[in-house]
Amino acid sequence: MRFIDEFRDKDIIDRLLRQIHNISVKEISIMEICGGHTMAIRKYGIPSLLPPNIHLISGPGCPVCVTSRAYIDNAITIANQPDVIFTTYGDLIRVPGSTSSMEEAKASGADIRIVYSTLDALEMARQNPDKKIVFAGIGFETTTPSSAVAILQAAKENVDNFFIYSAHKVMPPAMKALINEGIPINGYIGPGHVSTITGTDMYKPLVEKYGVSVVISGFEPVDILQSILMLVRQFEKNKPAVEIQYRRIVRPQGNPKARELTEQVFGPRGDWWRGLGDLPDSGMKIRGEYELFDAENHFNIKNRIAKDPSACLCGEVLKGLKSPEECTLYKKVCTPSNPVGACMVSSEGACQAYYRYANDE
Amino acid sequence: MGHGSGGKLSHELITSLFLRYFGNDKLNELTDSAIADLPECKLAFTTDSYVVDPVFFPGGNIGNLAISGTVNDLAVSGAVPLYLSASFIIEEGFDMEQLEEIVASMRDEAGRADIQIITGDTKVVRKGQCDKIFINTSGIGIIEKNAGHISGGKLAGPGDKIFVSGYLGDHAMAVLSARNELNISSNVTSDVAPLNQLIKSITNTGAIHYMRDITRGGLATILSELVQKRDFGVYILEKDIPMREEVLGFCELLGFDPLYLANEGKVMMVVDNEHAEEILYILRQHPLGKHAAVIGELVSEKPGRAVIESLTGGTRIINMLSGEQLPRIC
Repeated sequence: MRFIDEFRDKDIIDRLLRQIHNISVKEISIMEICGGHTMAIRKYGIPSLLPPNIHLISGPGCPVCVTSRAYIDNAITIANQPDVIFTTYGDLIRVPGSTSSMEEAKASGADIRIVYSTLDALEMARQNPDKKIVFAGIGFETTTPSSAVAILQAAKENVDNFFIYSAHKVMPPAMKALINEGIPINGYIGPGHVSTITGTDMYKPLVEKYGVSVVISGFEPVDILQSILMLVRQFEKNKPAVEIQYRRIVRPQGNPKARELTEQVFGPRGDWWRGLGDLPDSGMKIRGEYELFDAENHFNIKNRIAKDPSACLCGEVLKGLKSPEECTLYKKVCTPSNPVGACMVSSEGACQAYYRYANDE
Repeated sequence: MGHGSGGKLSHELITSLFLRYFGNDKLNELTDSAIADLPECKLAFTTDSYVVDPVFFPGGNIGNLAISGTVNDLAVSGAVPLYLSASFIIEEGFDMEQLEEIVASMRDEAGRADIQIITGDTKVVRKGQCDKIFINTSGIGIIEKNAGHISGGKLAGPGDKIFVSGYLGDHAMAVLSARNELNISSNVTSDVAPLNQLIKSITNTGAIHYMRDITRGGLATILSELVQKRDFGVYILEKDIPMREEVLGFCELLGFDPLYLANEGKVMMVVDNEHAEEILYILRQHPLGKHAAVIGELVSEKPGRAVIESLTGGTRIINMLSGEQLPRIC
């Protein structure tokens, strides 16, 4: 496959690995904070190729994983109302709420459907004027612009039966929170697609205030190994900085147009992250001007907090403090077909990635 | 199609449709049981129910799937499939022309596989009691000489080569794109096909130590099952697994793992190393084995584990699929 095979080329990979092995001396902990990276790292068996002094930690990069139980509970409440079609990205339907998942709610009769983009949900609203179409707006800076576009488009066309239930979040507060929790992180493999929108400026405080390196990485094995090499190089020289490895996609200034659209429709608020708790200014709320499209407003959703189950170590795993194997539920009670915590739900979640792609050790 | 209670309506359906297409000396008797002579033999007997959604997909429909699926279950057990039963559960209101198309494709598929449908049943149920049409087929076959060991795999051991008979994932992609939820169109058609002729061409070599058809759960699932409670491991190379560009691209787009994609006309074989080249040659002569490939081998290291070497040279363990694969958000 063109534009993919080049980034899985064995010769280039071997060359990068030789360089990493040559220059890496100090113990270094690298966290990836995007679920796409977690998945690729496991799928390609990257840990089995690295020297033992390089430790890879999985951070909270999967938007599905950090979606709170309260959000799922509320989503089910909305979906159970008559005349509602609740639409969502696929992997959210298996995420456990306080009592059930959307998948279970669907089986008991709620009209919950999987869509592949916000605009599919908007189209469904146009086709079904007698139904209320609610879209589960989850994801980070990458997916928020498409929710914004859908709302703007709905406003323009006067589509009055389209709603978004926003759990959109932004990444930097979580990256700071992890360091403040005392997790030893020397470098971040920065989220490739988030940075496409945000650009690099938002990572500068991490470097300046905490001395942590950030390399924004693509998702293929060559990308990830090159990013690890760049992080190791910075660390060995003791010169933390923000660098872009994923140059074919990411520009330092990001995508100002997408940010403008997001700004227009969404404003910041505190939000609850599964495993991390309440993080100030980490969530995105639909602004008052667009409240007609805000499912929270229309369906009068108030409670936004529901505590996580106590035996589940999702929180520690998301923070990178524990590895999935250290959780007593992992593989025994908690499996991809019966997930307890959200890390097991999404194919990008750290626990499922471990489960499916356990290192061959 | 109306909801009947076994009276005139179903009699008409049997004579005007099923007998017309499936008719043979045994079925035509319409006795409560079909009667057939069997030589002195070891019998293979299997059953499966088909509920695929959508009923029609590029490259096939629920009907030929129901024939091939059961024929293949017999064939991979080392049996020559002989007779099938076919039972239909049909939702009231199901389109008669579509039913005829399904039945016709079953007849054609049975012809390809050289088997007869000798008994069957039809029930029409109220709307909502089933989804359009469900088909159950059972099949019997006779285990070939020197092939009794294949289904248990007791001859499999380190050094044996692992084969697949062609491109993986075509069926999954055809069905998913036909579901129309994805808005993805492609030219990939389902690989649904009866594999008994292909398999027959190699079972008499005595070199086949184990065989499975690669259906739901994909290659990953059968490889994990192969090593369970065995004193050998599996080691396969990702780069050697035959996959179409379109199917790989489709997996990239949706975040699916190709190792878990369903097939309906592919077989995985464990072959005696000494005969590997010969088997590959024979397989590739057959239209259904043109893209057959050796993808790895059984190893004595890490017994009980199926390991894949990824394109990077890194290795990981292959697990069974739990739950459906869900498309990823980003």
